[in-house]
Amino acid sequence: MVAELSADLGVHRGDFSLDLDLEIGTGEVVALLGPNGAGKSTALRALAGLLQITSGKITVGGQVVADAAAGIHRPPHERPLGVVFQDYLLFPHMTVLDNVAFGPLVSGSDKREARRRAALLLARVGIADLAQSKPPAISGGQAQRVALARALATEPRLLLLDEPLAALDAKTHLLVRTEVRRHLADFSGATLLVTHDPIDASVLADRLIVLEHGRVVQQGTPLQVARQPRTDYVARLVGLNLLAGSGCGHRVLLPGGGAVELAEPVSGDVYIAFRPAAVSLFVHRPDGSPRNVWAGRIATLEPHGEGVRVEVGEVPDRSSTILAEITPSAVGDLDLRPGSEIWVAVKASDIAVYPTD
Amino acid sequence: MPSPESEPTLVGAQAAEKRAAGVGATERSWQSRVPLLLAVPAAVALLFLILPLVGLVIRAPWTDAATVLTGAGALQALQLSLITATVSVIIVLLIGVPLAWILARPGLPGAALLRALITIPLVLPPVVGGVALFTVLGRAGLLGRPLYRLTGFAFPFTPYAVILAQVFVALPFLVLSVEGALRASDRRYEEAAATLGAPPVTVFRRITLPLIGPGIAAGAVLAWARALGEFGATITFAGNFPGTTRTMPLEVYLALETDPGSALLLSVLLLAVSVAVLVLLRERWMNRW
Repeated sequence: MVAELSADLGVHRGDFSLDLDLEIGTGEVVALLGPNGAGKSTALRALAGLLQITSGKITVGGQVVADAAAGIHRPPHERPLGVVFQDYLLFPHMTVLDNVAFGPLVSGSDKREARRRAALLLARVGIADLAQSKPPAISGGQAQRVALARALATEPRLLLLDEPLAALDAKTHLLVRTEVRRHLADFSGATLLVTHDPIDASVLADRLIVLEHGRVVQQGTPLQVARQPRTDYVARLVGLNLLAGSGCGHRVLLPGGGAVELAEPVSGDVYIAFRPAAVSLFVHRPDGSPRNVWAGRIATLEPHGEGVRVEVGEVPDRSSTILAEITPSAVGDLDLRPGSEIWVAVKASDIAVYPTD
Repeated sequence: MPSPESEPTLVGAQAAEKRAAGVGATERSWQSRVPLLLAVPAAVALLFLILPLVGLVIRAPWTDAATVLTGAGALQALQLSLITATVSVIIVLLIGVPLAWILARPGLPGAALLRALITIPLVLPPVVGGVALFTVLGRAGLLGRPLYRLTGFAFPFTPYAVILAQVFVALPFLVLSVEGALRASDRRYEEAAATLGAPPVTVFRRITLPLIGPGIAAGAVLAWARALGEFGATITFAGNFPGTTRTMPLEVYLALETDPGSALLLSVLLLAVSVAVLVLLRERWMNRW
């Protein structure tokens, strides 16, 4: 696989700093995932040339577009890339067709050729009939398609998508996501998708990069990330309980003093992950089968899908919390409410263990 | 089961409707009530603005209108005023919009100072402005002297001086209006255009200008009106020669000393022209966006 984008970008401003090593191959879709303020948008703006990098180097489609050490900072219009902005930024004074034709037109195509290309692209994203509409008159889902067509019209080597689905309502979201996935599969260049939605990222991307506080904390395929989270943020995103500790035979010792029993022996520093649904709650200490049993205190109760998410504090040690997922009827049977004391049990066989490095 | 359940909802909805109507009614009546403390000065302000215009129209000797308004002096002055004001606005647009654009750029060093400097002609007595122009562009001025030596041309007492005086007083109106429009506009459209391959000049022409069109039009109208009414700087810097520098305001002032009746008529004419242009431009430009 040829690297279409190869970037080692550093942006340091005041007390914020971003360091990101990034390689995206031809036809590959990478999602940059992270909480607000992690530096996702900064990374996107730096790649697009809307923000100068303070260190590092960016190469797109074989050409160096930025090199901080050499003082090279090519402006956005000299970079072979297209951007779909979060709120699309369709030019309100132009028709949909002219929005899409804008890129080819300013890069030297004559007006007829540019419009022909634009019409073709609009047809490809299924909104040929809207060509003469003005952007304020079209729906969010339609605007998203126009924005994608406009970004693709310049035949970029790198496509940057900034929260492309965040502005859509729930129903349109699913529909447009499926479409975007199809168009990205047809796109021959590299795609970087910035999002805070793990499901969008998993559906659209071949590979995820998780950014926190301007640093990469985890990367891998959506499956790898979903199965083996490495930070609390990622664990919450993929809906798993995550603990870190050091392996010692069949148990993992937690830094806060607790221990977790495992089905298999481990050694070294490890992460432990288990699903909230694998956690059972009891009013009285359960006995019998070999499991992990801890006493804790209920922090919060929240509806989650068809069940109820219970956050139990002080488990397995004083500084940790665990999420359990139980049925609404169980909440009533156990008389659960915030503050009540509870026994928590997790089967050793339900726990996944993987090394920290 | 369904009926007792749906009934309360219906009642609830009706109650909510009544509540909403009640709130709306009290809001309307509350908002429409104007305390006397505000109503009286507001009425005074309105009268103060309108009465002089009414007086102008009432006291004008309409029987002489035909002779005065078609007289050589009036038509000449009107023509000169319209031409110079229009040329001035074109110059103001050509140099004022770029200045506003630069002023509105985020992170421009000394922007506050620049903005203060630009505001000076707004608060400066126009006569002082005329004198100031004289010191720079008069025949013996800082730039005027070398210009005169090289070419034998001097600005004062020419229509060009009229235009310079008008540009000087009208430019700040446009710059401030356009800068305000730029600040209020979403600059990210420009970023989007840049990522589509548009170089900065193209972005300015194809994206920025159309988006701030209403602001530019409003600024141009203000500048045009200001140029049309310019008196102090004109008479100081350009003089008062019929046909070359005597614009309508100068003609009105002159007539007031010799023939007050015709001064009134000329004033009404100037008023009518200004209002007509404002209305026309409003129809043509302001409602387009």
